[in-house]
Amino acid sequence: MRNLILGFALTALFLIGAALSFLWTPYDHTVLEVTNKLKPPTLAHPFGTDQLGRDILSMIMVGARTSIAVAIVAVGIGIGLGVPLGLAAAASRGSWIDEVIMRGNDLIFAFPSLLIAIMITAVFGPSAVNAIIAIGIFNIPVFARVTRGAALSIWQQDYILAARVAGKGTMRISVEHILPNIANLLIVQGTIQFSLGILAEAALSYVGLGAQPPVPSWGRMLADSQTLFMIAPHITLFPGCAIVLTVLGLNLAGDGLRDLLDPRIRRAGL
Amino acid sequence: MLRYIVTRTGSLCLSLLVASVVIFALIEVVPGDPVAFMLGLNAQPDTVAALREELGLNASVLERYFSWVFGLLQGDLGTSYTYRSPVSEIVAERLVISLPLAAYALALTILIAFPAGILPAAYRGRAADVAVMGGTQLGVAIPNFWFAMIMVMIFAINLRWFSAGGFPGWEAGFFPAMKALTLPAIALALPQASILARVMRSALLDTLGSDYIRTARAKGLTKGQALRRHALRNALIPVLTILGLQFSFLLAGAIIIENVFFLPGLGRLIFQAISQRDLIVVESVVMLLVFAVIFVNFIVDLAYAWVDPRLRVQT
Repeated sequence: MRNLILGFALTALFLIGAALSFLWTPYDHTVLEVTNKLKPPTLAHPFGTDQLGRDILSMIMVGARTSIAVAIVAVGIGIGLGVPLGLAAAASRGSWIDEVIMRGNDLIFAFPSLLIAIMITAVFGPSAVNAIIAIGIFNIPVFARVTRGAALSIWQQDYILAARVAGKGTMRISVEHILPNIANLLIVQGTIQFSLGILAEAALSYVGLGAQPPVPSWGRMLADSQTLFMIAPHITLFPGCAIVLTVLGLNLAGDGLRDLLDPRIRRAGL
Repeated sequence: MLRYIVTRTGSLCLSLLVASVVIFALIEVVPGDPVAFMLGLNAQPDTVAALREELGLNASVLERYFSWVFGLLQGDLGTSYTYRSPVSEIVAERLVISLPLAAYALALTILIAFPAGILPAAYRGRAADVAVMGGTQLGVAIPNFWFAMIMVMIFAINLRWFSAGGFPGWEAGFFPAMKALTLPAIALALPQASILARVMRSALLDTLGSDYIRTARAKGLTKGQALRRHALRNALIPVLTILGLQFSFLLAGAIIIENVFFLPGLGRLIFQAISQRDLIVVESVVMLLVFAVIFVNFIVDLAYAWVDPRLRVQT
């Protein structure tokens, strides 16, 4: 429970920071003030300034938007395509449809995701949209697998048999009975994939294949700091801590939610 | 067992086939004319024609695909457009850094994860459990390239124990070379070790709750003996699976970590090739890495079918 509260608090901090940045940031993150560059944290600039004199706190707030946008859409792709595939596979268990879907999943799983993401962004050019697609593709098999596994056990329930007797078709049962019953699991998985998405986006933009300037992103802030962090450690520390705390918060929230929603796991203590 | 090997080999071949088609399509078909992509907008028409001829692009897509695949099967990865030398030679030069790095990181992962997984399981709910599990939560959340930068800050710049980057080459001796790979390997291993430790702990707790452990305890084994002799072995199956999957993360992670430490490995090669638009190198190196990952997972599958005969039945 403590984990859940801490996780939610960190996640909320991150979401509020991003939302607030639409209305207000301490400074304009696009304004360069080179005379004021690489200043360590002060009252005026709590996180200091970067090599171009931009306020790091403001950049982190705006950068959070990039992280959220990329990770949320990538999770959306995973849910939007993976869940229907998983439901279809479970509904037609053992048939060729199931077989094709699951083998396709295994195939995507077998690919090193970051490598393919790098290749996709290399071919189509670096951009936030391509980063989203690259990360999103690898979310599809994750959700398909979780959905299928959970749906299979729901299909065994008596109330599904009752629904069948009442004349409902496979599709309607999947949507009306199976989906609501596995929603908890999907939320938990969604939280985990969300945090993985933030890490992946940071890695891609760190190597220059994510969001492009002038859109701030945490990964690129770290990349920019790479040659300078020896003289100004703060330009590395703050964006890095932002990533760690956000991912930590989402992971704790995911774990906590899972324990809360499924008391059976609490005993096993994963 | 034989039947299992045959089916698994079949799906291995299928995976490689699909992988090669996807990679080929992405690199050579999707961007339109690869030559226009490689040479940029201001290319002279005769340069374009010459490169088209050199790359064999005047053949049909199918012909190009098959000649690429047959080349790969014979160890011919094509010729780099920028380096003007066979890709296989360039790759071989880079592999002597990337492969030891991945192996070093894998060894560290196991070395960290086993104690970090067994200890919390043995002392579940106590301070050691809470501390180690808290540590692994943090380990999972830290981007490895940032962790690498922090380590450079502490161990290379402040303490001066290691150099901040670069590679002296194996001819400088085994220890200097390994020293240059140490920080990168730790940076790669930490997140993977955290994940593996968590898997290890939960797998151990699962087996510790089973009946045969109770029987073993009833026969007079101490908790530690039961854990060592019975639980650990059975917990190894999920741990092995995850370890196999982690190899791919280590390879892909190495691409990024090599950039942090300026190590001239495969990862640096890929990024240089991407920025120089040397598609032949990108294509062949990606295929090589994907092959390595799929093949390792295949070996892991066979390994635990061998360990656990039950897995051979359900293909």
